[in-house]
Amino acid sequence: MPVLFFLIQKEFLQIFRNRIMLPLLLIMPVFQTVLLSFAANYEIKNLAIAVTDHDRSATSRALIRKFTASGYFRLAALPADAKSAEAELATDRADLLLEIPPQMERDFVREKRATIRITANAINAVKAGMAIGYAGNMLRDFNQELLAGSPAAAPARIEIAYSNWYNPRLDYKTFMVPGILGLIVSMIICFLTALNIVREREIGTIEQMNVTPAPKWTFILGKLIPFWLLSLVMMAVGLTVGRLLFDIPMEGSLGLVFLYTLFFTPCMLGLGFLISNFSDTQQQGMFTAWFFLVICILMSGLFTPLESMPDWAQWMNLLNPIRYFVEFMRLVLLKGAGFEDIRHNFLSVLTYAVLVNSLAVATYQKRVS
Amino acid sequence: MFPFLKKEFLHILRDRRTLMILFGMPVAQVLLFGFVLNNEIKDAPIAVLDPAGDYASVTLTNKLVASGYFHIETRLGDAGAIEPEFRKGRIRMALVFPPDFGRALAHEGYATVQLIGDAGDPNTANALINYAQAIIADYQTAYNQGTGAPVGITASTRMQYNPEQKAVFNFVPGVMTMILMLIAAMMTSITLAREKELGTMEVLLVSPLRPIQILLGKTIPYLLLSMLNAVIVVLLGIFVFGMPMRGSVALLAAECFLYMFVSLALGIFISTRAKDQMTAMFFSALGLLMPTMLLSGFIFPRESMPWVLQKIGMAIPATWFNPIIKGIMIKGVGLEALATQTMVLGGMAVFLLALSLKNFKDRL
Repeated sequence: MPVLFFLIQKEFLQIFRNRIMLPLLLIMPVFQTVLLSFAANYEIKNLAIAVTDHDRSATSRALIRKFTASGYFRLAALPADAKSAEAELATDRADLLLEIPPQMERDFVREKRATIRITANAINAVKAGMAIGYAGNMLRDFNQELLAGSPAAAPARIEIAYSNWYNPRLDYKTFMVPGILGLIVSMIICFLTALNIVREREIGTIEQMNVTPAPKWTFILGKLIPFWLLSLVMMAVGLTVGRLLFDIPMEGSLGLVFLYTLFFTPCMLGLGFLISNFSDTQQQGMFTAWFFLVICILMSGLFTPLESMPDWAQWMNLLNPIRYFVEFMRLVLLKGAGFEDIRHNFLSVLTYAVLVNSLAVATYQKRVS
Repeated sequence: MFPFLKKEFLHILRDRRTLMILFGMPVAQVLLFGFVLNNEIKDAPIAVLDPAGDYASVTLTNKLVASGYFHIETRLGDAGAIEPEFRKGRIRMALVFPPDFGRALAHEGYATVQLIGDAGDPNTANALINYAQAIIADYQTAYNQGTGAPVGITASTRMQYNPEQKAVFNFVPGVMTMILMLIAAMMTSITLAREKELGTMEVLLVSPLRPIQILLGKTIPYLLLSMLNAVIVVLLGIFVFGMPMRGSVALLAAECFLYMFVSLALGIFISTRAKDQMTAMFFSALGLLMPTMLLSGFIFPRESMPWVLQKIGMAIPATWFNPIIKGIMIKGVGLEALATQTMVLGGMAVFLLALSLKNFKDRL
């Protein structure tokens, strides 16, 4: 046992001695959390819109004002004809083209109907879809205002009342921060473990460890325990920053969050350990870790909803540890789920940790002998 | 010089595992983005609370389901049952009709329907409510068509450049910016840091090779590797996902080359600062890759970011390279439409190269 204690002390000394590493470990998560939380926003605002107004009437001007006053669109250009409008789209100066036909106002007054043309740059299909949706909503409002004074029979109207539960102001940060925190802690821990062990192999010091009387398991534990503790520190720093800077809700129990982290981190430790067993150089270890982590991160449900993935991907996702962590953080911090609600998730993580670590130990022993 | 270049190539080719990942990663990512990652919403589970159950409410519900965006996960009997469904994460949205929906619509010309989104995930909630609103508005227009009420101004919409609204049109260029940056910048910074960490850099420096030759020898192999990767990604995009190639292939190749040059210069710059591989890796991963992924407009729209982040985004090469790929492949524009972007990238290349060369010499 004292051997283990010294090994852990040695690891900590090495971590603290590296002038660049420690700031990286503490500042990077904070920096990433801030960056991600402000950037990770699918909401569409300030879209550049180019308007070709062939009508030049009071109604067409009112319509343009309606669009630009909404905050979703900003007027980027007023091209005179369709050709120069297309050029605005081709050079990315405009995302959306609005073409108002001649005599729109006259048609509207006479027949109570008119058609305008909207063209979106649909390379980013989701963005284009949202933009067209907003434009449609605005037209509907505009019609209602126009027709309000009309003497003709008023059309039947379905009023849509909508409410957003759990996050009424649709604040993206409260949604993203808990998940991002989970992601960053898992990512850094996995990398550190993998690279740290491979480094000893690359430099050759692992051989020296093997010929010392210290049993192999103390070497492994000596590597894993410091990072295990570090994950709790990172979690605490992250939660504090999230609370102070973003005012993220903490509906559930913080004790549960730390308890879960304690059981979750071994998954990432084991994964890093496993990767190190299959690498001879840090470069190899790093790229292998990147390969798997990028897939895990992208599929974690942080950026895109899990249920919009095909079935086979959802099955594959059962092996994705980050997915569990992100789900857990959201359920507990945002919705206040208790242990009962996340028991299934917890058991999955526990099984995962046991399996991946057994696998790592097995491959390690094979490699040594 | 040539023996040194050959040695570097041998180093890379001999390490089968890294090589496999170097080529496996772009393929896996493009396939992932193409098939799995979709922020397009399909079959989102919803709960319907419809005490009216009349013709109008049933037709409207069917219209929502027929759109493909929603599927009815459960039908609820009372409003109290909504909350537990949300908590269990079984539904994404609830659709609540009043008891007299159809009657109110027919007789009073006015009825209310309530949409409740699970804004624990605001992106999805926002999109779902947006879609539902559009469908309900369509229904309203169709409903009124029979009654002879005025229609008002409607829009005919066109999805330019991507009429089928495929997500890959956006993702393939994005993955390309990421992969090229990953290989060029990260690999270069790490190989250089490795020589430092293992002490072999000293050996190289006392050899008759000039510093510029060392740098060239280290970077040329990765330049070629990245080029090969770019070709793979473009081919996958075209042949697997049906991306168009409307512009000039030569122009695309030249622009790729320019972008890789910038990435390599960044890699060299990082390596002059980092003293071991792990530091180099964390610098390039967190300082280059994450911003490339997040701030370049590849995943999240740049327009809606805070002002500061928009400005930081402008310092990232990918922000300029992304529109170049899209412009050439999808829009089919020529160099004159991409002059600004190309010039910015060129400026970055010169600046970074000068800076890192100076740094590299200073250390001698």
